[in-house]
Amino acid sequence: MSKMLHLINKSPFDRNALDSCLRLAQAGSSVLLIEDGVYAALGNADSAKAVRERMGDLTFYVLGPDVSARGLDDSPLIDGIDVVDYGGFVDLVVEHDVAQSWL
Amino acid sequence: MEPWEEEDGPEVVKRFMYVNRRAPYGTIYALECLEVVLIAAAFDQDVSVVFADDGVYQLKKDQDTTGIGMKNFSKTYRALDDYDVEKIYVEKESLEKRGLTADDLIIPVEVVATDKLRKIMAQQDVVISS
Repeated sequence: MSKMLHLINKSPFDRNALDSCLRLAQAGSSVLLIEDGVYAALGNADSAKAVRERMGDLTFYVLGPDVSARGLDDSPLIDGIDVVDYGGFVDLVVEHDVAQSWL
Repeated sequence: MEPWEEEDGPEVVKRFMYVNRRAPYGTIYALECLEVVLIAAAFDQDVSVVFADDGVYQLKKDQDTTGIGMKNFSKTYRALDDYDVEKIYVEKESLEKRGLTADDLIIPVEVVATDKLRKIMAQQDVVISS
């Protein structure tokens, strides 16, 4: 079984890409939140519940420069989400067999 | 007198509302709408600006876009006051759903509940949504 990296670049309030990903992602997969997808990392937003429910069997990452751009550096993120930079993004792509973009 | 100005008769002032529903940076809608509002404000119309749904994210404080190579246009919202755009409404329910309060926003706004926003919207002559 290949190890998959799921890429989410849409706000969880605007599109259902995150919901679909969380529904279909195999345990052991990784999810990287980028662009407007970083709003899904916010701990105080209504969208956090769905992410927390899968913190146990998926690994979540969020792209730091997209967090900063949106003014969220001081906003509490969901516990357990790792913040990565562009180099970390590349590392994740290399470490996984398949990268799937949920457009 | 400029060519586009009426030579006589009373000036017609319409009520224009701009409804922002998108987050900044992910798409071009937020920046484009801000530019349209600033242009429209120069024509002495009755302008109001609404931020609802993901549009409330446009006003989030402390935006720093150096890492993504895009222009940080959030400070431009402060110019709305200079253009006498003073009717700036943010939907309360949209803020709450995102765990935000008025203190998180870069400019002073009027936070209004859906019921009140519906009434304000119904009074407009022109509504432009993006």
